[in-house]
Amino acid sequence: MSESRSRRSGLAVVDPGGHKLPLSLAGPGAMGKTGYWRTQRPVVNVEKCTGCYLCWLYCPDNVIEMVPGKGPRGQDIPVIDYEYCKGCGVCAAACPVKAIDMVDESKFLEKKG
Amino acid sequence: MAKLVAMRGNEAVAYAAKYARVEVVAAYPITPQTIIVEKIDELISKGEMDAEMIHVESEHSALAATYGAASGGVRAFTATSSHGLMYMYEVLWWTAGSRIPVVMAVVTRAIGPPWNIHVSHEDILATRDTGWLVSMAENNQEAFDLTIQMFRITEDPRVYLPGIIGLDGFILSHTVEPVELPDQETVDEFLPPRRQPYIMEPGEPKAMGNLVPDEYFEELRMDMQQSMENAVRVIREVGKEYAKYFGRDYSSLIECYKCSDADYIVAGTGSWMGDAKIAADKLREKGYRVGVMRLRWIRPFPWRDVREAAMSKKAVIVMDRSLSTGHAGPLFLELSSALEAKPSMIGVPAGIGGVDISYDDIALFTEKAIQLVEERGRVYIPAMWYHLGKIFPTYPSSDVKLD
Repeated sequence: MSESRSRRSGLAVVDPGGHKLPLSLAGPGAMGKTGYWRTQRPVVNVEKCTGCYLCWLYCPDNVIEMVPGKGPRGQDIPVIDYEYCKGCGVCAAACPVKAIDMVDESKFLEKKG
Repeated sequence: MAKLVAMRGNEAVAYAAKYARVEVVAAYPITPQTIIVEKIDELISKGEMDAEMIHVESEHSALAATYGAASGGVRAFTATSSHGLMYMYEVLWWTAGSRIPVVMAVVTRAIGPPWNIHVSHEDILATRDTGWLVSMAENNQEAFDLTIQMFRITEDPRVYLPGIIGLDGFILSHTVEPVELPDQETVDEFLPPRRQPYIMEPGEPKAMGNLVPDEYFEELRMDMQQSMENAVRVIREVGKEYAKYFGRDYSSLIECYKCSDADYIVAGTGSWMGDAKIAADKLREKGYRVGVMRLRWIRPFPWRDVREAAMSKKAVIVMDRSLSTGHAGPLFLELSSALEAKPSMIGVPAGIGGVDISYDDIALFTEKAIQLVEERGRVYIPAMWYHLGKIFPTYPSSDVKLD
């Protein structure tokens, strides 16, 4: 069967005969870089963060990585991949110490401009 | 040794599924289901067919289970009709869009209300836009032959789309005709092991049908259109190859009967085109040069063949056992478009809901249409309804004189 020879070209999964298929393989971004969907950006306040991992656990898009020992008190802290984070705010809601603020994306645009 | 056996269209298709070594069949056993799956159940329980029969709770599930099994890598088959096909409609799109080869027989019947279990083409013609290949048999032998070929066509890497074989409700499904059953060995030689673009299986995780960017969605549809285009060539190749193995040639997507010298063409699909041939002969005795063009394939639509056969004719009379209510019969619309309505085009909705149409009826409305063209010159009449020996123009504006 040709499946194992299926190759991923850009976003498309193409079979050996050249047919584009409605498949996505395990890995980031079958829909492309979904960060641009975001209207609100989760910003981590590392001073408040206790390194409890709840945001990491709750993130539905798997875009939070915990970096060991990098917090100001030596605690593990979350780093968010903004290329794929859709800004759903689940992490902010899950945080027991309110260490994640949802900040309007326009704030970041203004800074740039 | 091949053997000639008297059987109904239902059995012919069931045997074809057996000869194709179908491994999974899913069906919902209720009216309007057909004897096709009942016969398959019987063949399985007698040990003559090595397949799994899944009884599901609806036709939506019947096709979903068939398509699921096929995604898992086995040759899968189902059959339905009328309301059952309507209930499957969503899954028709999923099967085709997933590029998973599946073969299904559709016994063509009217859609209610009121309740009616007789022949009509509304059900099968509603599948035109789904991405399935759609063929129509004229007789039980052809229903058998198309089913065998459909596996090979749909599983060809140039195509990878599912396919439907249509056979007329009761006229074929419940009528006994001689059908030649081949040797299993010959079918095995003709039909290579199943191929498909991917298999859903543990070990190689993947998601099918998830959200994709709009551009990619459109590109998938473009690929399906290209595959339909490829299917024209594949159908011809497979039809020619079939003749080598079994002696019956299916290399043409349309069948033309006495078309070459004809002034007038009667066009349509399904079993009544056999009657149309007799009607053509009768009209020829009266001095009208009439030919018959039968569409064996609805998708891919054989527009090139149609143009070659009928573009230069005086008129094309399209028999439609179906109506796109508010306009005309679907075949009339497709043929008028393929022919740029250069010949006079006269659509004749008739025989809807199983109303019996004999060759005398066909001769009668064809002669009427010819006389109309001879009196008025080029005409375009979307729906000149024929009902119980009478012509009913459905609305006055339909009778358009062109020049």
